[in-house]
Amino acid sequence: MIWKVFLYFFILAVSIMGIAFPIVENPIHWNEYPYIPALGENAKIIFFHVPTAWLASIAFLMSAYFGIKYLKNKTLVDDIKSYTAAQLGLVFCVLATITGAVWANYTWGKPWSWDPRQTSIFALMLIYGAYFALRSAIEDSEKKAVLSAVYSLIAFVTVPFFVFIIPKMVNSLHPGSAGDPSPIGFKMNPNMKIEFFLSLTAFSILFYWLWSIGYRSLILKEKNNNLL
Amino acid sequence: MTRQIIAVFKKDLLSEIRTRYAINSLVMFVVITISVILFSVGNESVPADLTGGLFWVVVFFTAMSGLSRVFVTEEERGTTLTLRLLAKPAVIYLGKLLFNNVLIFSMNIVIAILYSAFFDTFVIESKEIFIIAFILGNLGIASASTVLAAIIAKASSKGTLYPVLSFPILLPLILTLINLSKSCISGTSFEESQVSLLILFCYNVMMIAASLLLFDFIWKD
Repeated sequence: MIWKVFLYFFILAVSIMGIAFPIVENPIHWNEYPYIPALGENAKIIFFHVPTAWLASIAFLMSAYFGIKYLKNKTLVDDIKSYTAAQLGLVFCVLATITGAVWANYTWGKPWSWDPRQTSIFALMLIYGAYFALRSAIEDSEKKAVLSAVYSLIAFVTVPFFVFIIPKMVNSLHPGSAGDPSPIGFKMNPNMKIEFFLSLTAFSILFYWLWSIGYRSLILKEKNNNLL
Repeated sequence: MTRQIIAVFKKDLLSEIRTRYAINSLVMFVVITISVILFSVGNESVPADLTGGLFWVVVFFTAMSGLSRVFVTEEERGTTLTLRLLAKPAVIYLGKLLFNNVLIFSMNIVIAILYSAFFDTFVIESKEIFIIAFILGNLGIASASTVLAAIIAKASSKGTLYPVLSFPILLPLILTLINLSKSCISGTSFEESQVSLLILFCYNVMMIAASLLLFDFIWKD
């Protein structure tokens, strides 16, 4: 209970700090963010877009990790954990795409332009979609667990191509890409960095909380059906 | 081991030659896809760099229509158990991979011939780079789609799910191939396209390694 209240206030504080603190040319006070050329006020999306994108990839990693664990031990609990991570991953993937599209609409002039980063998040969404389509096509729960674990691992092999190789090959306009002259980290001042990492922590805790509730409720459901 | 792999390959080849199921449907599929593109283009000439992209669209959908046969037929005929008794999973996988490679290579050579006959603008400047990309691309499509065919054979809705599962896995390969074909059509040097060719090569190695590791779990459930 105390943790839930803490998380509530943590996320509330992070959101207010992210939205309300002003962006000024020469930040002096603790609550001012620096002006970044070409981004301006749009830079504030970093407090919400990056955590969601980060969690979308972490969820994918967790799904693959529990997939490996399932293939090793064949305990259905691991499959449930992997499945819950994938469910949350899809939610955060959609959130990251939407926040990114809103940002792109104001910075690039249109919401979608097949920038390499947009292509990669689109592919990640397709992988999640295919994963759920595969799961719904199989009746037997053990077969479902094995095949979806194998699929998520095969999909995991393609991740380095999307994350490291293709954005470096094709010029991307996304901040922090190879074409960007100075990485975003150098343009953030200390209080912007603190707020950024606080936001990342807050969203990660939120994710962990949702994930543990999700998988525990699924385990109870399975126990109720006498499958476990 | 090599002899066993060749035996699995020969078995598939023989049953394919007798029924001609995959070959017939694949040839018809190629003709249909190319004619749909031709109808939608009409009398206008297609820009050269667009033909490079459309070529891989034809290849992708043709592959999706035929490559799942290798494992689906085993499940349909109920010969999976016999095959499981006779050989190790790695042998089965490599045999099927070899068969899919032969299938996709012969299919894509047909596509390339028909394609260059129908599209006047499909003229490639740097031929030797395109041929290397073509070979690596075919190997990549075959290696990814063989393991996915094994997954799909165990699921209940076999037909519709296969392209859905394959597309995200093949996406890095197809994106690289499309970019590479565009630069081949307008002319490129080996130094410039080195990175793309290396990506294609890495994709092949990673896909085959992952398939060999994971195929046991699919096959032995």
